[in-house]
Amino acid sequence: MTFRNRRMAFPAMLAVSAIGLAACSSGGEEGPAASASGDTAEPVELSMLIDNGELTIGIAEALVAAYEEANPNVTIDIEQRPGGTEGDNVVKTRLQTGDMSDIFIYNAGSLFQALAPGQTLTPLDDIENYDAVSDTFKAGVTVDGAAYGVPAGTAMGGGVMYNIPLYEELGLEVPTTWDEFMSNNAAIAEAKPDVAPVVQTYGETWTSQLFVLADFGNVIAADPEWADKYTANEVKYADGPPAINGFQHLQDVADAGYLNEDFPTAGVPDGMRMVALGEGAHYPMLTFAFTELQNNTPDNVNDVGLFAMPGDSGESPLTSWLSSSFYIPASSEHADAAKDFLSWVATPEACDVQTEAVGAQGPYFVDGCTLPDEVPQMIADMLPYFDAGNTAPALEFLSPVKGPALENIMVEVGSGIRGAEDAAAYYDEDVKKQAQQLGLEGW
Amino acid sequence: MSSATGISKANRAYSRIGGLVAIVVTAVVFLVPFAFIFLTASKDRAEASMLQFSWPTQWAFFENLQEVFEHRDGIIITAFINSTLLTVGSIAIMVILSAMVGYVLQRRKSKWNPLINFLVLAGLIVPPAVVPTIWVMQALGIYKTLHGLIFIEVAFGMSFCILMFRAFVASIPRELDEAAIMDGAGPVRLFFRVIFPLLRSVIVTVIVVQAVTVFNDFQNPLYFLPGDDGATLQVVLYALQGQFSTQWNLMFMNILVIMVPMLIMYVFFNRQIVAGMTSGAVKG
Amino acid sequence: MTDTHTPAPTTASASSEPPPKARPPKRKSMYPMWFYAPAGVIYTALFVVPTFASFYFSLTRWTIFDSEFIGLDNFRTFFSEPYLFDSLVNTIIYAVVTSAAKVVIGLLLAVFLSSQIIARGYLRSVIFFPTLVSAVGVGVTFSVLMDPFDGLINNLLAKVGIDGPGWITDPDMALLSVAAVDIWRGVGIATLIYIAGIVAIPQEYFEAARVDGANAFRNFWHITLPLMKPATATVIILSLIGGLRSFDLIWTMTKGGPGFSSDVLASVVYKQYQAGFYGLSTAGNVVLFLLVAAIVIPLFWFLNRKQVEQ
Repeated sequence: MTFRNRRMAFPAMLAVSAIGLAACSSGGEEGPAASASGDTAEPVELSMLIDNGELTIGIAEALVAAYEEANPNVTIDIEQRPGGTEGDNVVKTRLQTGDMSDIFIYNAGSLFQALAPGQTLTPLDDIENYDAVSDTFKAGVTVDGAAYGVPAGTAMGGGVMYNIPLYEELGLEVPTTWDEFMSNNAAIAEAKPDVAPVVQTYGETWTSQLFVLADFGNVIAADPEWADKYTANEVKYADGPPAINGFQHLQDVADAGYLNEDFPTAGVPDGMRMVALGEGAHYPMLTFAFTELQNNTPDNVNDVGLFAMPGDSGESPLTSWLSSSFYIPASSEHADAAKDFLSWVATPEACDVQTEAVGAQGPYFVDGCTLPDEVPQMIADMLPYFDAGNTAPALEFLSPVKGPALENIMVEVGSGIRGAEDAAAYYDEDVKKQAQQLGLEGW
Repeated sequence: MSSATGISKANRAYSRIGGLVAIVVTAVVFLVPFAFIFLTASKDRAEASMLQFSWPTQWAFFENLQEVFEHRDGIIITAFINSTLLTVGSIAIMVILSAMVGYVLQRRKSKWNPLINFLVLAGLIVPPAVVPTIWVMQALGIYKTLHGLIFIEVAFGMSFCILMFRAFVASIPRELDEAAIMDGAGPVRLFFRVIFPLLRSVIVTVIVVQAVTVFNDFQNPLYFLPGDDGATLQVVLYALQGQFSTQWNLMFMNILVIMVPMLIMYVFFNRQIVAGMTSGAVKG
Repeated sequence: MTDTHTPAPTTASASSEPPPKARPPKRKSMYPMWFYAPAGVIYTALFVVPTFASFYFSLTRWTIFDSEFIGLDNFRTFFSEPYLFDSLVNTIIYAVVTSAAKVVIGLLLAVFLSSQIIARGYLRSVIFFPTLVSAVGVGVTFSVLMDPFDGLINNLLAKVGIDGPGWITDPDMALLSVAAVDIWRGVGIATLIYIAGIVAIPQEYFEAARVDGANAFRNFWHITLPLMKPATATVIILSLIGGLRSFDLIWTMTKGGPGFSSDVLASVVYKQYQAGFYGLSTAGNVVLFLLVAAIVIPLFWFLNRKQVEQ
């Protein structure tokens, strides 16, 4: 659900490893809950539209509850919408018809750009705490010099989840290159015939894309201009390494018979369970799936670690995703009250509220926000990449070009229906439609 | 009936054995899936996740029922109300409007008849064009509204109804019309007071058939009423497929809940449903 | 079915009636044209206009905001991209397989269920009931039953030593598995249509055949089968229309997967709509329209004419 949706990207966004975050740094201004408490006692009723992802619901409900408590005159009604492309349509249509709620949550990056923000949204540069929002994030919600969003949630990483006890038992090292990764797989397959070296979950087809999407850090490390050339139709996935590696890697693990037996029907909960309990060794996934661990295998939360999708170089950056964002539509009749709420969301206090509600999910995009000292292993593994600046934004934040059929094509690769080269060429065809639809030059 | 006793004995044996074999086969093919739905819906979460065809060791039927209704602040109940409004609303409109068309189409010869007949038939065959329909609905301001969806169901279901009514009106003698006209009835009174009541049996058939169709419709709500609020039962069931993938007891309880209205209909209107559905034979 | 044949003659005699009878002086018809109006407005706005508009929009690149005329590009894309074209082939396979199976199984069941066996009423009800369950409910249930790893079907097969296939996960089987469920759900209607036909066969035919010493098989071959042509026409047309447009079951069971192996036109239309390719989606609709028209309309003519000749 989550990122199939974020198909497009954001050309204006900065260079590689731009996602330097305010993560663990402390200090910064005081989060003034006081400013939030109403200057007016007039009762205000705000409406808020959010997607129905578990994490979003948790964050939104906690923020609203905390804010309402501090501001008894304000009530905020949360309304849910579906995720995915269906949700895109809901948001676009409601914005277009002036029927949007006072506040809504939606993706940053190019999906945001597709909303025609200049006409449909209210700029937020003037809200009190906006300086606290990190520049990285602002870049993802800025059009023509005006910024429109306040982050909802934390940064997210995409890489390989692995079972730590299994690594310890077999004396394996966290791999830094694809070859090391494959030799780990071979070792696991030999020592533990019952354990699937690589977990895939095509019961939810979008998960198949991780091999390509999370490999983007390696692509852009090898060719920093790749995304721009891609947008201009100068490079293609089928051109060969580094871009085609994501396809090839999936074919490699599938050909080697490393996949779990039930890969055609398993879903994300199954995948996370396998990697938590050691039924599977590796699972390429996004860190947001962490909630599955909390819910289903709470005793094994710290048995799951994370490393960046390994590439050829040995210095693979972690591919990362911006959080969703809060926006205020131009049509809102309560823009001031809504801005007051969002101003409060951009404070360390609001970050803590979120952490308490859904746990530490990753670094925040707000200055002064801290994570608890004790964070789950997966999140802890993510932070060094951010601290060292060794992250790369996902392709969808750098280029608007993303075809809708990638997930199905990758399912074909993983299921042995189609080879990597064929698949890459096929995906290049698929992407053409999107580029033409967007009216990009050179297609 | 005066045939040799040998044959009738063989017939009786055939009747018994054939019947028994058929009962066993249909039980396996047609009843086991339903029994599976019911049994899984009655198990607790752990046992349901085994997906075995077995008797529940612990009955959790009512707990599951309650949980399904409480899920997401009673979204099932909202969906039930929406599905009911959709079904009742669209069928009421459909029945009256198609009866009017079917009636005039049968009674009055005009140069328009071939065109109208053609359109009616087209409605039965032609797959609706999705995005252009959304485009029109947006222009009319009825996209993503329940009444918009009601009109959609009316538009797509009308052809079948018109054919049913036209065929039935043909069996009503014209003398009745003449008599009513002699009594000074106008066209409206003639239709609503004299003809419409006579259509009762076919109306019942049309209602039950369309109720099944509209209630079970998934594609049209998916396209024309997207979003969470206005969801109908089928759309909610579809959405829950992802969310309940680890709670099969609740998933199947949902299916069971959604099947019940159809089961009740079938018990009461068995004959009309069969008559209506098999009269898909109606032709031009 | 039988009473549907009556309208034609009645109408004819009714319309030839008025001239001899001296009409009352009223000029206004008692069957006013405006009775068509309310239905006509809804039907025109929501069905006729979109259908005609689809021919134009299928020639455009279309976003929510505007459309750009691009000629036949969408159709070129449609026929050049293998998975789009395959969906056309899959649609035909699906429709033909389900229709054929419904004809054969429906007829056999009908013959069986109209013979002298016990529990006929029960059997008819049981076979018919799945028709009333929503495709979504059926789809979800069967995707569980057909699960290759812990589904009931493969568990049972395993008990008798058969290694069951990946019903909906094997790309070569997925489409046919969904078709099988479609048949399971829809064969009840076909059966009942045939039963209605068989019941209408005059008993004298069979009496006469018995005098000639015909056995059950010859009865079926020489009497029942030839007289079942109208019913067969009905079953074929109904299930072809349904099969070509089929969406609900496929979407709930496989979403067109694995990969694209069970994509049909209706699911492609939905996917392109979801992806925001409104022009391409509409082109898919037009292709579906042409396919349905090309298959069903000639069949309609052909089968109806044959019936009239009978």
